[in-house]
Amino acid sequence: MSQYKARKFNVVGQRLQRPDGIDKVTGRARYGADMDAAGMLHAKVLRSPHAHARIISIDTSAAAALPGVMAVITRADFPLASGEYIDLLDHCMAGDRALYDGHAVAAVAATSKRLAKQALKLIKVDYELLPHVTDIEAAIAPGAPVIHAGVVGRGVPKGYSDNVTRFRSFGHGDIEAGFQQADVVVERTYRTEATHQGYIEPHACVATMGMDGRGDLWVCTQGHFAIRNMCAAILGMESASLRVTASEIGGGFGGKTTVCIEPLALALAKKSGRAVKLVMTRDEVLRATGPTVSTLMHVKLGMNQAGRITAAYAQLFYQSGAYRGYAADFGAMPAFAPYALENVHTEGFDVMTNRPKSAAYRAPGAPPACYAAESAIDEAAHQLGLDPLAVRLLNAAREGSKSSYGPTYAAHGLVECLQAAQQHPHWRAPLGENMGRGIAAGFWFNFGGDTCVSAFLNPDGSISVSEGNPDIGGSRASISMMVAEEMGIPYEQVRTTVADTGSMGQNEPTHGSRVTFAVGLAAIKSARAIIAEIRHRLAQLWEVDIDSVVWQQGCASCTDPNSEHKAPMDLRQVAAIASNTGGPIGGHHEVNAEGAGVSFGVHIADTEVDPQTGHISIKRYTVIQDAGKAIQPDYVEGQLQGGAVQGIGWALNEEYIYGEDGRLQNSGFLDYRIPVASDLPMIDTVIVEVPNPGHPYGVRGVGETPIVPPLAAVANAVTAATGVRQVHLPMSPPRVLAGLQAK
Amino acid sequence: MASIQIFTSLQYLFNNQTEIELDVANLQQLLTRLPQAYPQCAQEVANGISVAIDGRIVNDAWFTPIEPNSEVVILPRISGG
Repeated sequence: MSQYKARKFNVVGQRLQRPDGIDKVTGRARYGADMDAAGMLHAKVLRSPHAHARIISIDTSAAAALPGVMAVITRADFPLASGEYIDLLDHCMAGDRALYDGHAVAAVAATSKRLAKQALKLIKVDYELLPHVTDIEAAIAPGAPVIHAGVVGRGVPKGYSDNVTRFRSFGHGDIEAGFQQADVVVERTYRTEATHQGYIEPHACVATMGMDGRGDLWVCTQGHFAIRNMCAAILGMESASLRVTASEIGGGFGGKTTVCIEPLALALAKKSGRAVKLVMTRDEVLRATGPTVSTLMHVKLGMNQAGRITAAYAQLFYQSGAYRGYAADFGAMPAFAPYALENVHTEGFDVMTNRPKSAAYRAPGAPPACYAAESAIDEAAHQLGLDPLAVRLLNAAREGSKSSYGPTYAAHGLVECLQAAQQHPHWRAPLGENMGRGIAAGFWFNFGGDTCVSAFLNPDGSISVSEGNPDIGGSRASISMMVAEEMGIPYEQVRTTVADTGSMGQNEPTHGSRVTFAVGLAAIKSARAIIAEIRHRLAQLWEVDIDSVVWQQGCASCTDPNSEHKAPMDLRQVAAIASNTGGPIGGHHEVNAEGAGVSFGVHIADTEVDPQTGHISIKRYTVIQDAGKAIQPDYVEGQLQGGAVQGIGWALNEEYIYGEDGRLQNSGFLDYRIPVASDLPMIDTVIVEVPNPGHPYGVRGVGETPIVPPLAAVANAVTAATGVRQVHLPMSPPRVLAGLQAK
Repeated sequence: MASIQIFTSLQYLFNNQTEIELDVANLQQLLTRLPQAYPQCAQEVANGISVAIDGRIVNDAWFTPIEPNSEVVILPRISGG
C-alpha cells in the first residue's frame, strides 16, 4: 500500500542552514580521536609483515614487563571460537595464521603512545611463511593457495579453486537465441583494481570497561548499534552491558559499518582496568580495514540495428579478501538493471585472497559491474553508429518492466533522468582536441531496516528529536525539516540529536542509503504521534470531540461551533499546560522500514587525454539522479557530487598495489592518490523527483547510486577520446599510454 | 496459491524449477513453508534472503501480505554501504 501522498511543502525542499556547520568549521565538533578520559591509556597494534604465515608462537613477556605497559593482548584473550562473528574477530586479531599484510597479531595499552610503540618492538612473533595469493585470476585457478579450506559455497561450478566461496546467477530468457538476433555482438574482459573508501578520519575509539563487566565505547562509526552488537558478541557480553556513543564522523562510505579496532580497545580496557584510546594511522587504515573488491569480468552483449539489446551476459569475479565475501550478488544483480531485456544472464563469484577483508563502499559491488555492462553497451552502439544516449533510452526499464534480477519495477525515474540528460546543454556542447564524451546509467536497490525515533515537546514549545544513526550526509537537518514540515513549525524550532545505544532501540547502521528514507519516515510518524496526543488532550480540555480539534500551521484549533474555545493554541501554549493535561508530551515510532524505492542515475563525462603522457583530465561532469523527493537539495547535490568524485578516483587514480611478496606497496595518500578539488571541474547536478510510493513524502535514498555510473562514464569518454576501448581501471597514465602506443 | 520466482543459481534447491507455488498469505508463512516444502533450501533461508513482493523488496517484515496474484521473487539478502 502506498504511503506517499502528494502535498505542498513549506519546509521540505528549502536550502536551510546545516546544524553541524559551525561546529565543524570551528573545530568544536568532536570526532573519534577527540575524546579523552581520566587515566586513559594509549593502544598500538602489532601487525603481520607477511601476506600469509602460520603463527608458531607469540612471546609478549618482554613487552608486558616494560614499565608503563598496562596490558598486552593476543587472540588468546578472545574466547570466541566459532559462529557468526568468528570472521569479524579473526579480521580484528589473527588466530593461528596471519592472512594478509597488516593483519593484527597483538596489541598493547600503555601510559603513552611512545611506550606502546616501544612495547610492540619487544613482542616476538615466530612465523612460518605460507604460499600466498593476492591476484584474483591466480586465486581462482585450480592449485592456487587456499585461504580457508572448507568454506566453498554450495552450487559453485567445478573448475575453480576452493577460494571461490560463492556463486550466484540471475536472469531470464534465452541468451543464445538473443545473440542470434543481434546485428553486432561485442565481447570483452574487463578488470578493476581494489580501492579504499578514502575517508579522511581514520578509525578511532575510546573504550572503558568496569569491574562489573559493563563497558562504554566512544567511536567513529556509521552504526553504533551494529558496533555494540558485534563487540558484545565477540567479547561475550550482553548488549545492554555495553553503551556505544557515536562521535562525529569524517567519512565512512560503507567502510565504517563494521569493527576493526573496537574489540581490541575493549579487551585492553578490560585487562588493564583503565580507559583505552586506539587510533589507527593512515597506513593501518589502508592495510587493515576494509577496502573494496577488485574484479575480473567477462561481458558479451548483442544489439540489433535499431539499438535494441537482444541479449546480455556477464560473468563477474569479485576478490573479497581473506574471508567470505558478498559483493558478487550486488554486481550480478545491478549489472543490467537499468534495462528492460528479454534475454539476460549474469553470474557472480566471490573469491578469497590474501588481502584484508573487503568492506562495503557505496553500492558495494555495483560500480565495477556497471562499468563492464555500460562499456559493452557503448561499444555496441558505436559499432552500429547509434547515439549511446538514445540506445539507453530505447532499452530503459520503466514502471512495469521486469528487472534483469527478477522483480517487476514500481515507479522510478530512469527515463526522466535519461530525458534530462538528452536536454542538458552538456550533451550537445562542442568538444575540443583530444577530448571525448561518455555516458552511463547506474542503479542501486536502496534499503530501509530497523529504525527508532523519539520526539519530545519541550517546555518552551521547541521539539527535540532523538534518532540512532550517525549523521554522515546531513541527516540531522533532513530529519528536523521533515518534523518541522509535519508539525507546521519553523525548522529552527526543531533540533535532532544522534542518541547512544542506551537511549534507543535497535537501529540499522547508516548504510544502504537508508537514513533520510527510513529515519525520515519514523520521524514523520513520531511528529504525527505528538499531534495526535495534543489533539486528544485539547479535546478533553475543550470538552469537544477529538475530530473537532484540528492541527494546522503549527496550531491546534477547535472547529466545534458550540465551543467557546475559539483561539488557536500553538506549541508553546500547549507545552505550558502539559503538566496539567497529563504530563510531558512525546511521540515515538519504531519500524522495520521496508519499501525503500530503487534509484537510478545518469552521468555525462568529458575527458581530455594527453597523447604524450596518457594523463586524463576531467573537463566537464554532470550527474542526473532520481531522488524521489529532495528534502534538503544542498545535501542531495553533495551526495551526487561526492559519489561522482569517488567514482572518478576509482576510474583514474586509485589502486591497491601489491608486490610479489604480497605486501601492500602504497599505504599512504602520497602513493594512493584520491582526487582533490584542484583535479576536478565543478560537478553539475540535476535532481529528478519521481516519488517513492514507500515514503510519505516520496523520498528515495541518494547516497549510493552516484558512485555506480562514473567508472563507465569516464571510461567511455576516454575511449571516445583515444579510440582505444578502456578495459582496465584505473586508467592510470602508464596504462592509457600503453594502449595508445599499441593502437 | 502464490507463484514464487527463484533466481537462477538457487533453482537447483527447488528441483530446478524457475517458479514454485505455495499457499501463503504473508512473508512469515513463506519463510516457514519454503523449507518445509523444499528442505534443501533451509540453509539459504536461515542465512537470510530478501523477497520482492509486487516489486517491493522486503527483508524481515513477517506480516507483509502476499496476495494470491502477487509477484513474489526470492532474492539474495539486500543491504548496502
